[in-house]
Parts: sequence; C-alpha cells; structure tokens
Amino acid sequence: MTRAIRPWRSALTYLVLVVGALFFLTPFAWMISTSLKTDAQVFAIPPEWLPTPAMWSNYLRLMTEIPFLRYLGNTVFVTLTSVAFYLASSAVVAYGFSRIRWPGREALFYCLLATMVLPPQVTLIPQFVLFQKLGWVGTFLPLIVPALTGSAFAVFLLRQFYSAIPSDISDSARIDGANEWQIFSRIVLPLSRPALATASLFIFIWTWTDFLNPLIYLTDDRLYTLAIGLQQLASTRAAAWPLLMAGSLLMSLPVVVLFFFAQKTFIAGVSTAAVKG
Amino acid sequence: MAAARPRQRPGRAALTPRQRRDLWLGLAFVSPWLVGFLVFTVYPVLASLFFSFTDYNVVSAPRWIGTRNYADLFSDPLFGKTLYNTLYLALLGIPFSLLVSLLIAMLLNQRVRFQGVFRTLYFLPSVVPAVAAALLWRWFLNPDYGPVNEFLWQFGINGPGWLADPAWSKPALILAGLWGVGGSMVIYLAGLQNVPVALYEAADLDGAGSWQRFRYVTLPMLSPVILFNLIMGIITSFQAFTNIYIMTGGGPSNSTLVYALYLYQNAFQFFRMGYASAMAWVLLVITTAALALVFRTSGWVYYEARE
Repeated sequence: MTRAIRPWRSALTYLVLVVGALFFLTPFAWMISTSLKTDAQVFAIPPEWLPTPAMWSNYLRLMTEIPFLRYLGNTVFVTLTSVAFYLASSAVVAYGFSRIRWPGREALFYCLLATMVLPPQVTLIPQFVLFQKLGWVGTFLPLIVPALTGSAFAVFLLRQFYSAIPSDISDSARIDGANEWQIFSRIVLPLSRPALATASLFIFIWTWTDFLNPLIYLTDDRLYTLAIGLQQLASTRAAAWPLLMAGSLLMSLPVVVLFFFAQKTFIAGVSTAAVKG
Repeated sequence: MAAARPRQRPGRAALTPRQRRDLWLGLAFVSPWLVGFLVFTVYPVLASLFFSFTDYNVVSAPRWIGTRNYADLFSDPLFGKTLYNTLYLALLGIPFSLLVSLLIAMLLNQRVRFQGVFRTLYFLPSVVPAVAAALLWRWFLNPDYGPVNEFLWQFGINGPGWLADPAWSKPALILAGLWGVGGSMVIYLAGLQNVPVALYEAADLDGAGSWQRFRYVTLPMLSPVILFNLIMGIITSFQAFTNIYIMTGGGPSNSTLVYALYLYQNAFQFFRMGYASAMAWVLLVITTAALALVFRTSGWVYYEARE
C-alpha cells in the first residue's frame, strides 16, 4: 500500500490490537497461574495471579494422583499410529486420483469431497454397532483401523501436490521400464515431502485432540487418552483446578510447540484448503 | 454392422487394453479409500437411515416402527429446545465470529509493527485442544472465583453467572468460542494479501475514501473467502459437541443442550439408537438445506475470471 496511515488511525489500530491480544493471552496466563496454586489458593478472593509459593509439585501430583503418564502413552500411541496409517494410505490413494487417468475417477473424487461435509453423526451409530459386533469396542482398534482407509483432507491436499509434478517425469521413468508402484514410491513420494509434512501436522493435531471417538470407544480406564482422562478427572474431582489446568497445559504443550516450529506450514495449509476449496 | 455396435456402446467394452489397464491400476491405488468409503460411509449412511425407522437398543435386534421416531421427534419438547439452542448459537455466533476475525485480519493487514507476533498470538488459541480450552474457559468464567467477574467488579459491576446461569450460558459459549477465531482470521489474512495492490491504487486515483475502498475493492475480492468461512461456520456450529459437553454438559436447565449433544445422549446414554439415527438424518437434511440456501443466495460472491 502506498498511502501513509494517518497517526491517529495508526494509534487506534495498535490500541485495538493490544486489547485484542490481551483477550487472547489472559486465559493462557490464568491457566499457568492456576496450575501453580494450592487447592485452597484457587478459591482466594480476589484471585491471585502470581501464587506464592509456586506449586511446581502440582505437575508431580499429576503423575501420582492420576495415571497421567499412562494417558500420555496411550495418546502418543494412538496419535502416532493414526498419523502413520493415514499418511501411508492417503499417499497411495492420492496417486490413484491424480497420476493415473481412468474412467470414473472424477465421479469417485466427488464422492471423496462429499464425505468431508457429511455430518459425522450420520455414520456414527452404525459404525459403533459394526465395531461392537466385531468386539472392538473397548480397544484402540476403532480409533486406528479406519486410518488405514485414508483421510479425505490428506488425499485432497496430496492430490493437489501430485498434480503439479510434471508428467514428463513419469513418462521417462515408464520408458526406462519402471512400473506404476515404482514411479509412486521412488519419484512422486520423495518429491512430495512438503505436502506430506503439512498433512501429518494436521492429522497429528486432530487425533491428539480428538474427544468424541475416544469417548465412545474407550470404556477401560487403562486405555484412556489424555482428552478422556482429563474429562474424567474434571467430572470426579470438580474442584481440582490446579491439577486440571496443569494437565490441560501439558496436553496443549506438544501442539503449541509444534505450531511454533511449523507455523508457516500450518498457516499455508489452512489457507490452501480455503483458497482451493 | 454387428461388429460396429460394441464400439458405440459406452462402458467397459469400449475401453482399449491400455485404458482397461489404467482403470484397474487406478482402482488398485484408490482401493484403501474405496473399501473405507463403502464400509465406513456408504454402509453406515444407509444403515442409519434404516435404524431411523426402527426401535433399536443395540442389545436386541432393530424392530421396524415406521415413521414413529420422526413423529416423536416433533413432539419431543427437548428436541425443540435443542433446535432453538443450536440455531441461537449459530445465528448469533457465526456472524459475530466472522466479523471479529475479519476485523482482526484487516487490522493486521495494515503496515503494523510486530505483525508476525500479533498473528501468532491471535492464532495460538485455535490450536489448543478442545478439551483443554473448554476446561480453561469453565474455570476462567467461574462467577465466584474467576478473573472475568473479578475484573468487572473493579468497575462496580456485579458479573453474571455465565455458564451457570441459563440466561447467560449461550452468550458465554459464544464468548469462549471467540477465543478460537484464529483459524478464520488466518484465512481472511491470506485472502487480503491476495488482493492486487493495483486495485487499491486505481481506487485512490478515483478519489475513493477508506469506506469506499473497503466496500468496492476489499469486500468483493474477499467474498469467496467470506463464503468459505460462512460454510465452515455452519458445518461446525451444527456439529458443536466437545466444548459444550465439557463446559456445561447441556445445562443449566438444558439452556445449552445442543443438537449433537442430545443426539449423543440418546445414542450412548439412553441407547435409543433408532431415535438418535432419526436425529442424525434430520441433521443431514437441515445442514444440506442450510448449505443449499447459502449457495442459492451467494450472488454476492465475486469470482475472478479463471484462466
């Protein structure tokens, strides 16, 4: 923009931005502050923002009073397995939707797009009945097996990326006698690392934070993920705010750290979906 | 004549060996998704339509009862309440968050210092896990010990009961939801940065003021992005579940009992699978109708000519 911003307008802009930033930051500060209080300090009026002494031991209590480490282990297992499964299957499926031309491809791709806007509630109950009949309710299987069939979002993202790779590359490999699987695994896949990174970032966050599926399928407290474990703590010990905030903080930490490291990828991913969608 | 006929018929017979090979190859590559589509989407969609006409509690076999679930829905006062709550949150929450995120994006799109820092700060809450965010807001809005009412008290205002008060619970949910507008803000920001500078320069030459620049340049160029955020807003607000389950559980006095929550309760707490399936299909119809209405009335969206 070439126009100079008038001073009063610029001041107003900063004022609004700073007040807004306070609105977005204060809850974080409150979360950290509460996580360092004693169970009694929580109910002080007026609230203390800087608890003295800071109860760092709350983070240890989290490990001893609830099976936090087990919840963490379960969450890590479910998340990493899901990411691996989703990524492997979506990478293969996206190839079939972009690098090979076949009758019916576009129609099936529209079906894939349609599944993205289908309310999950419509498929929830029969899926539950299906897993119940298979005897999978109460295990991790309903959370990770569907990942083997790919994620519509990841397929969409990877297909965009694959389509931009020049077809000459595939053609010359074909002349050299490479079959389609070799072209996929040795040429297209290694070229697609940025798109694979974006897809895994989003899938990681979705499965790490998922609440509804673990809520329905995990019936055994030993298999709880962090999301369910924290909710369980909140419903059994209503006043345990320091523990709850410490747990929420630890659960948010990997996502927040990941976001800081991959901010560009992340923001590009969000905007691509919108601009191309 | 007889020999020429198969060539005119569409279908497999018309395919050359090369095309047939590609068809099988293509299907082989998409087969993981195809299996998942049939098992986890097509079958469940049809099965839930069937369940919606039955009395089904998972333990005993579904029993056909015709349209009784649907008839029951429309005489169920809680279902009406659920619809009202969901529409309230959608009709107030969506425009509010669309406006706020657009406003923030426009402020950030000016030449401000620390643009990157502000963008990170505003976006950060939207990646916080829903469970953590919901627990945090439940505690943040605590009427007796939370900082919000303490802040209001400084100005002599006796703060409301927020999530604990049926009159304030829905506005409280909208306020808490505003914390996560970072996602749509980033999308607006990307859209704003795509607006060609030449258009603004042309507007300046024509002597346009700030409002006119916004009204005749920014708004039309941004309209596809607004449409996208509107659609995402509609989809997510009809499916809102996790945050409300944790913040209020539907209370107080069912003032935040929303569609997805009541559906969940029917299916997994009361084991009324048939009834819940009927709700799921009504939800599908409502969502489709809402999206169709948005697309029908999307004449305000300006699309650039695509190459």
